[in-house]
Amino acid sequence: MRLERRPRTSRAALAVAPVGAVLFTMAVSALLVLWAGAPVGRTYALLLSGGFGSVFAWSETLTRAIPLILTGLSATVAFKARLFNIGAEGQLYAGALAAIAVGGMHGGTGFEWPVWLLFPLMMLAAALAGALLLLGPALMKNKLGVDEVVTTLLFNFIVLLGVGALLDGAMKDPTAMGWPQSVALQSELELSKLIPQTRVHTGLLWAVSLAVIVWAVFRHTVLGFDIRALGANPRAAAFAGVPVTRTVVLTALLSGALAGLAGAIEVAGRTSYVTLDMSPGYGYSGIVIAMLAGLHPLGVLAAAIFVAGVLVGADTMSRAVGVPTYIADVIVATSLIAVLVATLLTQYRVRWK
Amino acid sequence: MSNAPQTVLRLAGITKRFGPLVANDAITLELAAGEVLALLGENGAGKSTLMSILFGHYVADEGAIEVFGRPLSPGDPRAALAAGIGMVHQHFTLADNLSVLDNVLLGTEPFWRPSSRRSAARTRLLEVSQRFGLPVMPDAAVGSLSVGERQRVEILKALYRGARILILDEPTAVLTPQESEALFATLGQMVAQGLSIIFISHKLPEVLRVSQRVAVLRGGKLVAQAATIGTTQAQLAQWMVGHAVEGTVRRPATRVGDAVCVLERVSTEGGGHDRLRDVSLRLRAGEITAIAGVSGNGQVALAELLCGTRRATGGTVELMGRPLPPQPARLVARGVARIPEDRHAVGVVGDLPVWENAVSERLRGPAFSRPLLFGILPGLRWVRQRAARRHAQRIEKAYDVRGGGLDAPARSLSGGNMQKLILGRALMAPDTEARAPRLIVAHQPTWGLDIGAVAYVQQQLVAARDAGAAVLVVSDDLDEVLALGDRVAVMHGGQLTEPRAAQAWTRESIGLAMAGTHPAGAGSA
Repeated sequence: MRLERRPRTSRAALAVAPVGAVLFTMAVSALLVLWAGAPVGRTYALLLSGGFGSVFAWSETLTRAIPLILTGLSATVAFKARLFNIGAEGQLYAGALAAIAVGGMHGGTGFEWPVWLLFPLMMLAAALAGALLLLGPALMKNKLGVDEVVTTLLFNFIVLLGVGALLDGAMKDPTAMGWPQSVALQSELELSKLIPQTRVHTGLLWAVSLAVIVWAVFRHTVLGFDIRALGANPRAAAFAGVPVTRTVVLTALLSGALAGLAGAIEVAGRTSYVTLDMSPGYGYSGIVIAMLAGLHPLGVLAAAIFVAGVLVGADTMSRAVGVPTYIADVIVATSLIAVLVATLLTQYRVRWK
Repeated sequence: MSNAPQTVLRLAGITKRFGPLVANDAITLELAAGEVLALLGENGAGKSTLMSILFGHYVADEGAIEVFGRPLSPGDPRAALAAGIGMVHQHFTLADNLSVLDNVLLGTEPFWRPSSRRSAARTRLLEVSQRFGLPVMPDAAVGSLSVGERQRVEILKALYRGARILILDEPTAVLTPQESEALFATLGQMVAQGLSIIFISHKLPEVLRVSQRVAVLRGGKLVAQAATIGTTQAQLAQWMVGHAVEGTVRRPATRVGDAVCVLERVSTEGGGHDRLRDVSLRLRAGEITAIAGVSGNGQVALAELLCGTRRATGGTVELMGRPLPPQPARLVARGVARIPEDRHAVGVVGDLPVWENAVSERLRGPAFSRPLLFGILPGLRWVRQRAARRHAQRIEKAYDVRGGGLDAPARSLSGGNMQKLILGRALMAPDTEARAPRLIVAHQPTWGLDIGAVAYVQQQLVAARDAGAAVLVVSDDLDEVLALGDRVAVMHGGQLTEPRAAQAWTRESIGLAMAGTHPAGAGSA
């Protein structure tokens, strides 16, 4: 078996590829559902309706999608420049913690500044925390050739342990009856609800706006060209005059800031304090979402909603038919592989010898 | 040569399609024992595809291959080697840190044999080397050998494995004229012993010199086969291109002006052996200065220095009286036009569309972008897409870039069209800054192009010279250096000879200078 590059990629193939990938994913996951002894049709119906079947389902899915959009954008920006940032999880926690540090109550000793000043400062602090966390690995890669996959991944553990220490120490909420959780955010700083009586908050507007901004930067600015050129061919980019180090630094700051904002917006919109389980791997899911979206910032919106819907729907489905919620992880992971293979097949054909 | 030439290799009706493209169209070709067959053809004519099929890297859609009368199983690289076919690639496949003997043995011994039979192997290697007149030192590290010696090791590697049919892909591309002569002598010796050789080249004089028979491919078809005696260069070129070809006619520089760019005792670091040591050079307006040399002697360093992608560690470089800015974007703004050596890896960003590549060098300037948010963030400039696309279209038209249009990825362009795009990008200033380039740095500007594109690129460089630009051509191709250069200098070991008028050099004296021996009485310019 060998792969041969197709002379050109047809539009029809590009349209069929994602559909085929979804069908393949459904087929593979169906085997697991059968193995678990549940009816396949009903399981999928429940999964779908649990994620997208009602206003409530949509509200839960969108709530879950907010951090996923932001971490997906974080991965998109970095991966576009071939900066493989695996550290969005840590950057998210750093952002969340920075938000609490600026906007927390701290037993009445928090900053008592007006909201119009404190809110932007809180967001800025979160973005900066995430950005600075990625700056080190990016510079080490650029100047010393240190592999950023390793450094950013390891930073996640350092940050999580650090957060754990702070939640049991300096930032511990004394009223939480021994639970390791941070002090709460000042309630004026919390994001308002987008739809009354649901959990969807205005963080969704932030996420969507940022997706559009990232898209515009990619598509319409010199910085966007720099990032795309650097990712596609660093030598040619340098020859054409792309300032390599500056672009790497800006990419890292942008990617880290987006992940940091994901943390702040989770705190301000949903949890109002930091715990060690506030993110069930949003940082890592962001990578999956970015790849599913083909590194397109607007595609991230759709991919994040898809992944969020599957995760939310799996909870409902699991309660009804008893298939473990892990099926959601299988579906998301399989769909990633299927999409990657389908994309490959739009560019190459398989020849059997 | 044997009196009753026996056919050792027979390709029968080989056809290979890639989608709509027919890379090889029913090619039937025979090779006799003791024969040198030259395989000629422009890039994309189907030479590489044919050789890849022979070597089992591709499977032909139709046709069969026979080696020494036995069918060769398709798609199996080992089968070709076992049948006695050896190939010497243009880019060597040697491990620098291993000795000659180790390189020859590499891959020939079973993995699980406890001890390698080195002494037997050494005897055999020396025997082979003596038989074919290819002297080597078995224990020398390959990294310490010259290019010509490395090629010798490659040939020995094939012979050691029992090759009776040897395919040489552009073997003289990296050699000095003297080394080429030595290679030709070796080929003669091999053929005399009954070996058969397929000699792939696009240099017509040497094809006429070494081969007994020529086969010409064009557009995937075998268009001509002839005994070499009785053909001429003009005839071969016409077969290759499909119509009569006019070479670039030398026109001497008429109006040589002041120095545009002055290098004063410049040294650089980095890139292994390829660096400059104490190089001085004046590039004058209205004149082409051509640099010859065996690749890897500092040419890359010189070209990169003047392209803004490498720094000088000593000495000074001045551009029109001011220090040369080390950033590519500022160089371009100062009127430097740059044509890099490797158009695929450095010249264009293949995944990005043609129009973005067409303006990539000047994207930062006011012609194609304007600051956003009062320029608070460097690089945050809004691209003026309409202006950029209009300029790309002008380049496409003026330089006849053919391909899938402005939005096709640059990767999809053929080599010639890609080079035209790069040429247009470098030479054509946008409307707002109507200024011709002051200095043109062209590194291997015609490498790998077909004859038509070669002539086009060379004409453009000559035209730019006549318009008053100082042109630097750095090339491994001696013919190109002599065809283009008004003045010629030779690089060796990071140092540059005094430039002399092209007429003052002979091929012999250049060859000696390329090998590091300065011609006696160098003051004859």
